[in-house]
Amino acid sequence: MQIDLRTVSIKQQRNTFDHLARRFGDKPASRYQEGSYDIQATENLHYRPTWDPDQLIYDASITRIVMADWYALKDPRQYFYNNYTLARARQQETAEANFSFVESRGLADMLPEDLKRVALEVLVPLRHAAWGANMNNSFISGYGYAAIFTQACMFHAMDNLGIAQYLSRLGLLLGDQEALTEGKTAWLDDEAWQPMRRYIEDCLVVRDPFELFVAQNVALDGLLYPLVYERIVDGYLSAKGASAVAMLCQFMNDWFDETRKWVDAVMKVAAAESEHNRAILQEWTEKWSARAAAAMLPVVGKALGADAEEVVGEEVAAFKARLKKVGVEI
Amino acid sequence: MDMQVAKKKLSLKEKYKLLTRDLGWDTTYHTKDEVFPYVQYEGIKIHDWDKWEDPFRLTMDSYWKYQAEKERKFYAIIDAHAQNNGHLHITDARYLSALKIFLQAISPGEYAAGKGFARMGREFPGVGTQVACQMQSIDEIRHAQTQIHALSNYNKFYNGFHAFADARDRMWYCTLPRSFFDDALSSGPFEFMIAIGFSFEYVLTNLLFVPFMSGAAYNGDMATVTFGFSAQSDEARHMTLGLECIKFMLEQDPANLPIVQGWIDKWFWRGFRLLGVVGTMMDYMLPKRVMSWREAWNIYGVENGGALFRDLARYGIRPPKGWDDAEKGIDHMSHQFMLALYQYNFGTAFHSWIPSEDEMVWLSKKYPDTFDKYYRPRWAHLSKLKAAGTPFANMGLAKLCQTCQIPTVFTEPDDPTSLCQRETEYKGEKYHFCSDGCQHIFENEPEKYIQAWLPMQQLFQAPINGDLGAWMNWVSLIPGKDNGDFDGSEDERNFAAWRQQATSNQ
Amino acid sequence: MSTVFIALQANEDTRPIIDAIVQDNPTAIVNRQPAMVKIDVPGSMTIKRETIEEHIGRAYDLQELQINLITLSGNVDEDEDSFTLRWNS
Repeated sequence: MQIDLRTVSIKQQRNTFDHLARRFGDKPASRYQEGSYDIQATENLHYRPTWDPDQLIYDASITRIVMADWYALKDPRQYFYNNYTLARARQQETAEANFSFVESRGLADMLPEDLKRVALEVLVPLRHAAWGANMNNSFISGYGYAAIFTQACMFHAMDNLGIAQYLSRLGLLLGDQEALTEGKTAWLDDEAWQPMRRYIEDCLVVRDPFELFVAQNVALDGLLYPLVYERIVDGYLSAKGASAVAMLCQFMNDWFDETRKWVDAVMKVAAAESEHNRAILQEWTEKWSARAAAAMLPVVGKALGADAEEVVGEEVAAFKARLKKVGVEI
Repeated sequence: MDMQVAKKKLSLKEKYKLLTRDLGWDTTYHTKDEVFPYVQYEGIKIHDWDKWEDPFRLTMDSYWKYQAEKERKFYAIIDAHAQNNGHLHITDARYLSALKIFLQAISPGEYAAGKGFARMGREFPGVGTQVACQMQSIDEIRHAQTQIHALSNYNKFYNGFHAFADARDRMWYCTLPRSFFDDALSSGPFEFMIAIGFSFEYVLTNLLFVPFMSGAAYNGDMATVTFGFSAQSDEARHMTLGLECIKFMLEQDPANLPIVQGWIDKWFWRGFRLLGVVGTMMDYMLPKRVMSWREAWNIYGVENGGALFRDLARYGIRPPKGWDDAEKGIDHMSHQFMLALYQYNFGTAFHSWIPSEDEMVWLSKKYPDTFDKYYRPRWAHLSKLKAAGTPFANMGLAKLCQTCQIPTVFTEPDDPTSLCQRETEYKGEKYHFCSDGCQHIFENEPEKYIQAWLPMQQLFQAPINGDLGAWMNWVSLIPGKDNGDFDGSEDERNFAAWRQQATSNQ
Repeated sequence: MSTVFIALQANEDTRPIIDAIVQDNPTAIVNRQPAMVKIDVPGSMTIKRETIEEHIGRAYDLQELQINLITLSGNVDEDEDSFTLRWNS
């Protein structure tokens, strides 16, 4: 191929790296492709881990899911470090502007006391759940197979931490440090939060990275985000005049919208790989989403009272419809 | 609570504490041992994870903000570099060998480190430690990617870059960094932190990134200098994590001292062997030299490493066991390495060469006690063979060190005329080593190191069965293009022709 | 006494920062190398937000140092007002 530049016309020797030419043909590769495909070592691993000699350093067999090529789990957002970081930096600026808007206009103080209480009681303990999500995604990234999947999990883990920190700032803004202390006490002791805490702690002992992906990113977040941010924050609280809370939660809403496309794509490809995978994904989603729905119920009850059961039921139905689209029926 | 009272602005430390440290809790539905199963078996005793100090206290908002700024700068420069044929601005195409080694040997290590830190981000039972490890994990992904992206444009025009992913798993000299990172990843979480966080990041990466990247700038390669310095700005955080981690282990329990000291001894030596290749890049592969390996070692090894170990002496830490042997090897290793690379250059996916007279003058000035005495005569001999039309190629199989996996080409610390070779028998098998340091490492954990994958043995197994052509095919090395002497290579011809086009009106 | 150091990329952003560091640390030795500036100080070095702000004429957050930082040496202690590197020996 001849390329003509201002001063020199020189002959390019090749379009891309060999491993990308094998995958995509001999043509220029995108930065996503260059940065993601085949960058994890696969052959001639030197030593068995001392922390578990039954595993290999990179071991696809520690999950029950079987893929002929783990690099099939492409991220539809095509995030590599650069475009991921730039996207989050932009969202961060918006979030910052929202926080300072609410703060500078004293909107937090203008919230009706009962709504403020609901916001604090529902949202602040969730910062601990988000921290649990962070640890789970760090695990999936650490022990999952193939960079294309595991880098997205690390981005997700950092997002979980960001969300835990936005929720902490929300607590500080609406209720000062006492709000964080009360939130933590509720997380540890309040009966309504115990099924949720138990769910997260049960996830912390799951050591099949793909099952953990299903438990955390599919089942729990698939119910938690619509219920908390759409139904309670955007629906209930905003309708009653607490739209300042929705402003402080914009990041979480946008984030769920964006990341579910990735989560769905991962599920769809894994399920389509084989009946074996489909059956396992079905088993896992069934088990974990039933538990997630039960854990959400008392939390939603804090805002919606007697309506909680109905609302959770609706979102469970919506969740099942979402799963059906990716090929998993429960 | 009275919401009318104006809220006190939180200090950086308070904010970090509330937004990060306070997120964790003690699990009750599962025991700590179930949730964090790997932090006991190495024998390190930690009594209070809250005593962990976080010097940088970055929250995600600041992380995204500052990292995005670095990223914008970096990609603007490499885009411009590609658009303007920046590769023609380098001083000389020989310089490309350093970049080829970097991509084949170092960038995959960045990714491996990222994988390890993702695991540590989960396995340590303290939020501060976990978050610092997670940020390092995502940073390491960044480094692997920025390096591949910066070097991608070179791949379009020059040989030797195209098969870096294949080389990583199969090439004989790539097994040196691979075994280093595989060793760290197969270790427990505390040892991993000493291996990568402390020894590699704190003691050694300055040597890798700072003088070498400054050298890249000196040689007109803005793409590389940019990824180097941009990565190194993250390393400042990583180095600090490594240092905090070691102080934390030592402060938590005096019983940790001998374990930590053992790891420092081991990982200093492993890292020192690994970075020998950087010395070779600095002394031989930068057409315009910015400083010698010896000078870089004096600043970042002797001076900075010395300061570090004096600082740690209050905990009872002494400098690593191999420190004196390292010092004795500094004036020899780059020459011995380059001589080996030249002899085996039929099997490398980069070029090597006999240094020019003017480069030898520089080398003898920088190495007054060793170069003229030991190495100039060997280069002169190789020169003579080449001039006679019979260039020397060492077709014999190199004996690899079982630990560091470098061919045993180094000399005795106290006798530069005799090759250093060590041997240990274990369970009826003989194992070879390049040094006392590597032998000790093996003898401390023989069950680990007998597992090492040795590329020379692979040569005689299927699918290669001793056939050199089949081996080249297996490692994706194209003979006559990727390998051999730089003199007469396609890279040399193309670079000269394109530069001629760029600087004349022909 | 052990030497601490900080190395910054050589560019427009760092010029006033380097001036501020030299002002606050009279024993600083500035080494200019290709594309980077390395500043050595015996014992310890303190970088003060206020001094940088005087030099650049705007508010400065010390975490901005990250952007142009190449490397450092010494134990780090950072708060809003200062960034300190120190060897305890």
